[in-house]
Amino acid sequence: MEATNKHLHSIPYRTYITVWLALLALTAILVLAGELFHEALAVWAMLVLTPVKAGLVFFFFMHLKYERTALKALVFMTLGLLVMVIALFFLDISYR
Amino acid sequence: MSGPFSESPSVQSEEHKDYEGSKLGMWLFLFTEIILFGGLFVLYSGYRAKYPNEFHQGGQDLNTVIGVTNTVILLTSSLTMAIAIAAIQRANRKLSIGCLAATILFGAAFLLNKYVEWSGEIRHGIYPNSPQLLEEPHGRQIFFGLYYSMTGLHGLHVLAGIILLSVMLTFLIRKRISSEDFNRLENSGLYWHLVDVIWIFLLPLFYLAA
Repeated sequence: MEATNKHLHSIPYRTYITVWLALLALTAILVLAGELFHEALAVWAMLVLTPVKAGLVFFFFMHLKYERTALKALVFMTLGLLVMVIALFFLDISYR
Repeated sequence: MSGPFSESPSVQSEEHKDYEGSKLGMWLFLFTEIILFGGLFVLYSGYRAKYPNEFHQGGQDLNTVIGVTNTVILLTSSLTMAIAIAAIQRANRKLSIGCLAATILFGAAFLLNKYVEWSGEIRHGIYPNSPQLLEEPHGRQIFFGLYYSMTGLHGLHVLAGIILLSVMLTFLIRKRISSEDFNRLENSGLYWHLVDVIWIFLLPLFYLAA
């Protein structure tokens, strides 16, 4: 019987711990940005850093980095669809 | 029963497992979850654009400390989940069981925090259709309606994850999940991580948006 995912064996525990520390650091930056920075800057920090955090979980914890290109493409198509819906939605409400 | 298969029972007893297919199926389910919460995010953004001041004020009334604490809890539970899978791949059953149990406990701690948070707000008269909220501006009613429905739906997902992971824990203890066959644990992990990702987006929308 084939193992589920042979290349997963090569991911060391250390990688997961590093990703976890990065996620905690990004969360701390987000919280501090809301307290210290100008509001516009804090909003930009949220818009940039929140997808970065989600990307870290997708790529490392959910092993997307090590998956086939076809699965990566499916994930990006789903997220792309969501981004398009949001963009169209804002086009609609800003020009009413 | 007689037929061409009855002559070779050994062929029937060999269980066929399609790991790639099962993982793809799990991802397809996760896509429907992304679209489900995505729709709610769109709803939130639309009303935030319409009522910026009420949403700003609403975010200030939420308890940031509880929101951030729950973020740290869920991020850490994602770490223990990932290590639980990595450990069973290396045939380290003890570490895997310990990490999966920790993940379940973190999930329970998240819900406990949620309970403390919600009961505090309900005590202050803030809940959907409460007499106090009905007298306040429309935008504020919508903010708290979205807050309760989105974090509530997410909380239900955490509860479902806890039940799923508890079943996986019994499989691990009974050795029905092994270093050769851990696909179910991996798929459950995918679900748990997605629930974490959704919370990563809920945190700035509700708790940091002020």
